[in-house]
Amino acid sequence: MLLHLGALVVAVAVLAPLGWSALASISSQADLVARPFRWWPTAFTFDRYAEILTGVGGVGETFRAAMLNSTIVAVATVVIAIIVGVLGAYAFARLRFRFRRPTLMVFLVSYMLPQVALLIPLYLILSTFGLLDTRLGLVVVNCSLVIPFTLWILSNYFVTIPQELEEAARVDGTTRMGALFRIVLPAARPGIFAAIMFSFLLAWDEFMYALIFTSSDAAKTVPVAISEFAGRYTTDFGLVAAGGLIAAIPPVLIAVIFQRYVVSGMASGAVKG
Amino acid sequence: MAFWLLLPAAVAVFGVVLYPILRTLFISFFHVDSALATDTPFVGLENYGTAVTDPGFWAAMGRTLYFTVVSTAIELVIGLGLAGLLNAKLRARWLFRAIVVIPWALPTIVNAAMWKGVFNAQYGSLNGVLTTLGITDHYVAWLGDPFLALNMVILADAWKTIPLVAFFLLAGLTTIPGELYEAAKVDRASWPRIFRSVVLPMLVPSISIVLVLRTVEAFKVFDIVYAMTRGGPANGTQTIAFYAYIKAFSDQDFGVGSALSFLIVLAILAITTLYLRLLRRSEMSLL
Repeated sequence: MLLHLGALVVAVAVLAPLGWSALASISSQADLVARPFRWWPTAFTFDRYAEILTGVGGVGETFRAAMLNSTIVAVATVVIAIIVGVLGAYAFARLRFRFRRPTLMVFLVSYMLPQVALLIPLYLILSTFGLLDTRLGLVVVNCSLVIPFTLWILSNYFVTIPQELEEAARVDGTTRMGALFRIVLPAARPGIFAAIMFSFLLAWDEFMYALIFTSSDAAKTVPVAISEFAGRYTTDFGLVAAGGLIAAIPPVLIAVIFQRYVVSGMASGAVKG
Repeated sequence: MAFWLLLPAAVAVFGVVLYPILRTLFISFFHVDSALATDTPFVGLENYGTAVTDPGFWAAMGRTLYFTVVSTAIELVIGLGLAGLLNAKLRARWLFRAIVVIPWALPTIVNAAMWKGVFNAQYGSLNGVLTTLGITDHYVAWLGDPFLALNMVILADAWKTIPLVAFFLLAGLTTIPGELYEAAKVDRASWPRIFRSVVLPMLVPSISIVLVLRTVEAFKVFDIVYAMTRGGPANGTQTIAFYAYIKAFSDQDFGVGSALSFLIVLAILAITTLYLRLLRRSEMSLL
C-alpha cells in the first residue's frame, strides 16, 4: 500500500511538468499568462501545432527541416556505431592480442572527454573537408561520441555468451566471421537492442556539436532548433512546448518500447546513457 | 584479425577525439585571438597562468563543485529510493517503469526549455501552483537570482538524471541473491537493518560508479545551462565547461579557452583513473 503511494507520488512528479507543458501547448495565450493561475485553460488552440507542422516559412519550416536532419543524423549514427561496435566488441571479448587492455581503456577514456575540449580543432577539421553545416559532418562527430559507448556495452555483453557454442560451430568448419554472425549476434540480441536504444538517445540528444557546426536548415538538428525557439519566443511558451513535445516523441517512444532492455543495458554498460 | 576488426572504431575515435585533443593541447601554448589569426606567437604556459589567475575561473570551479555535490547527493538519495520502488512487486509495474523512463529519454534541451517555462517569473506553473496553494504570496523570479538560478538548474538536471541513477542502481539490486533477504528475514531483521547490512554493502560498487560518472558529468555540463540561463544571471550558473566555452567563443580567446578545456580534461582523466580502478575491482571480466 505504502509502496503504491510512493509510486503514485513519483508518477505525479514525473508527469506534472510534462502535463503542464502539454496543456500550455494548446492553451490560448490569454489563459497561459492569466493570474490567478488557471489549472485548466478556458480556450484551446491548436494553432501552434498547425504552424509547426504545416506553416510555410519561419518557425514551421525550420522545425520540420530540423526533425528531418535529426532523424537522418541519428539513424545513420546508430547504424554505423552498431556495425563498428559489433566488430570491435567481438575482438575485445574473444580475441587475445597485444595492447588489448590499453586499447580498451583509451576507448573508455575517450568517451569521458568533454566535447568543449574538441570544439576548436574539430571546427577546423570539418571546415578543411567542407563538412561544416552538413549532416555528414554531424554523423562523423556523433560517431566519435557513440562508438566508444556501443563498443563498451557490446563487449561486456559478448563476454557473457558461452564460448562453447561458437567453438562447436567452428569445429564444424564455420569461420570466425560466420560464428560471429550466426552464433554470437543472435545470442546477443538483448545487448544489441540496448545498444541501439542508448545510442539513438545519445545521437538524438547531442547538442554542442550541432550548435557550433551547423548554421542553417540544411543540417541544424532539433535540439538546436528548440533552443533557438526558447531563446527567441520567450513570451510564447506554448510554441516552445509544442515543438519540444514533438521533438521528444521519437526518443521517448523508443525508450518506453525497449524499456526492459534498460536495466540489462545498464548492467553491462556501467556508463551513462 | 583483431587489428582489422578494431580499425573502423579506431579511425573514428582516434581521428575525431584523440587527434583534436592533442591539437587543443597544442593551441593552448599559443596566443590565438581569432579563428582566422595568422599571427599566433608561442607563449608557453602563459595561457594556463592567465586562466588560473582569473577569479572567474575559481568562481566557475566553485559552482561546478557545488553542482557536483548537491546534484549527486539528491540523485543518489532519491535514486536509491526509486530503485527500491522499481524493484518492488507493484501492480502495473510495467506502466510505472515506463513512466519513470520518460525524463531520462527526454532530450536535454527539451527538458531545459520545459523547466525554463515552469520556473518563468510571469507565467511559470511553479509560481502559479505555489500562489494558488497559498505557499507563496507573490511570483518569484526563480531564474532571476544567481544562486537561486543555479539551484533551479540543478533541480531540472536532477529530475532528468534521477531515473538514470535509479535504473543503474536497480541493475545492481537485481544481482543481490534472494537468499540474503530470506536469511535476514529469518533473523527477524528490521527493514532499515536489512537495508544497512544487506542492500547497501551489495550496492557499494554501483554507488561508487554512479558517484564517479556523475562527477565527470558535472565537469562537462553545458547543454542545460546554455538552454536554461546562458550561464546567467550575473554568471551565476556558469559551470567550468560553460566558462571555457565563453572564453573561447564569446571572448574569442582560443588560447586561454584551449588551456581551460585542457585543465578540464586533466581533471576528468584523474577522476576516470579512479573509475577504472573501481571497474577492475567490481566483477567486470573485461578489464
